[in-house]
Amino acid sequence: MSAAIPVNGEAESIASDAAAWTLHASGERLLIIELHAGDRVAANRRARDFAARIAAENLSYVTGIVPAMTTVGIHYAPHLVRLDNTSQAPYDALVEVLTGLLKTVGATQDTAPRVVEIPVCYGGEHGPDLGEVAHACGLSEHKVIELHSGALVDVMMLGFAPGHPYLGMLDARLSPARRATPRTAVAPGSIGLANRQSVIYPLTLPGGWNLIGRTPLALFDPVREAPCLVNAGDQVRFVPITPEQFETIRQNTGAAR
Amino acid sequence: MSLEVIKPGALSTFQDLGRPAYRHLGIPVNGVMDERAHRLANALVGNLPSNATLEITLMGPTLRFHEEAVIAISGADLGALLNGEPLPIDHMVAVSRGSDLSFGKRSFGTRAYLAVRGGFSFEPVMGSASTYTRGAYGGHAGRPLKKGDVLPLSPLTPSSKLAKLSQAARSLSQAFDDQVAFPQDAPIRVVRGREWSYFSSRAQQALEAQPYRISPQSDRMGYRLEGEKLELTAPREVISEAVDFGSIQVPSDGQPIILMADRQTTGGYPKIGHVCAVDLPRLAQKMPGETIRLTLVDLGTAQRLMLSQQRSFAALEQLCVASS
Repeated sequence: MSAAIPVNGEAESIASDAAAWTLHASGERLLIIELHAGDRVAANRRARDFAARIAAENLSYVTGIVPAMTTVGIHYAPHLVRLDNTSQAPYDALVEVLTGLLKTVGATQDTAPRVVEIPVCYGGEHGPDLGEVAHACGLSEHKVIELHSGALVDVMMLGFAPGHPYLGMLDARLSPARRATPRTAVAPGSIGLANRQSVIYPLTLPGGWNLIGRTPLALFDPVREAPCLVNAGDQVRFVPITPEQFETIRQNTGAAR
Repeated sequence: MSLEVIKPGALSTFQDLGRPAYRHLGIPVNGVMDERAHRLANALVGNLPSNATLEITLMGPTLRFHEEAVIAISGADLGALLNGEPLPIDHMVAVSRGSDLSFGKRSFGTRAYLAVRGGFSFEPVMGSASTYTRGAYGGHAGRPLKKGDVLPLSPLTPSSKLAKLSQAARSLSQAFDDQVAFPQDAPIRVVRGREWSYFSSRAQQALEAQPYRISPQSDRMGYRLEGEKLELTAPREVISEAVDFGSIQVPSDGQPIILMADRQTTGGYPKIGHVCAVDLPRLAQKMPGETIRLTLVDLGTAQRLMLSQQRSFAALEQLCVASS
């Protein structure tokens, strides 16, 4: 049966006209769908279209669907995949199913995503790197805040830690590199910026992103009904607040300990 | 119904089969490191595998039973003693009220699994009783056991069929296919990684030819290996994507990291390989300082082995259903 399985790491070379995609094994119980649209934001949106289409099928053997930057991870239980014959490998059977399914995914819908407003206290003790970032970008601190909070950004994926979003793409002028030496402990709620993307640290974590501000909201709460504040596919608007407002919100929500 | 922690031991946490349904939110799966031992311990006392077991690492705790109970320990042999008398692993044992379970001299492995018939009683967090120490949630108070903890047990459901079932379960422990449960010291089987072709031919050969030592920095999140540097043919950008239990990531220092039970959901390092699911239990029984060797198998073989292991799991589960 192993003969039927392509060399791991090689593309299945299945492409549709609208946007090319390929399927890959990543171990024996994870399949990666890779999107090849030229633009990262377009590939990212396509990844979520695919994830939604597969989720709608409720396939009994799919144990997790993880949309990422330009891929969708399909975690599956090989022993539950229905095989055409006993010599077929579960991976090959899954490739057949997904190939059929993904051909039916229509163009990216222009439905309005959920918008989540996230209050941010920029600079000062909450955003110790704001000055350096402004300097690196050749902008004033005020301009950095204006650009960062001025446009809706996509939640491109959650990863790295529970409820930890990657947001982008921001204005091209907001392209500072990551810090040369990562911090060992970044406070929860801290807003990181690097290379036209932002992250929000949900817990105290090590991190190498430039810290430009902090939100008093809890990004993640394991016992909340919806444990994560944002989901992949949401859009976020950062709303500048004062240190006083930060304290008020923090006290009222009991978040960002 | 309770158990009291007299001494906490080195690191004991409650684990079950984890929270796989939350991976898209960046929430780690957690759960047991050695799934075979966890399932076996549960089956020996007639529990379904969804019940949490206590994952006991290297130096075990001392636990006092305030009620009678039926228990089994599988996985590592950490020198379990019941009221000072040696307690065999992979056996169902009835424990009388007031008994102490303690641990002495380790003779094999790293992680033992304690199952109690009826299970421990926890409020699940995101569908699971698994402890995630870094996130401070799950299991008992989101942390390893501490002295003085009182652990609630579910009421004991006596079953006249229990002894017979445990006997049958025990014979099943030997019924894992020889190819599935490889000898403990045999090489760890891996399939080629997603980014295999990014690595130099020297790195590709070294993966199988060279020994790797499990570094002291290894934990439930990942096993850091030390050995010949695994280099790429050229620097390559790898965009963060889903990773799995057993994925072998190689950061720029060339020293591989095998992702384990508390791994992150996504990763952005090239993956030279993936440890086969059937060999993760053996790997989980290795401790820091030990040296391992890796050997490549193809994806078809890895999936066939997994299917075989799954048939044994199903047989164990069948027994539990019959005993309830």
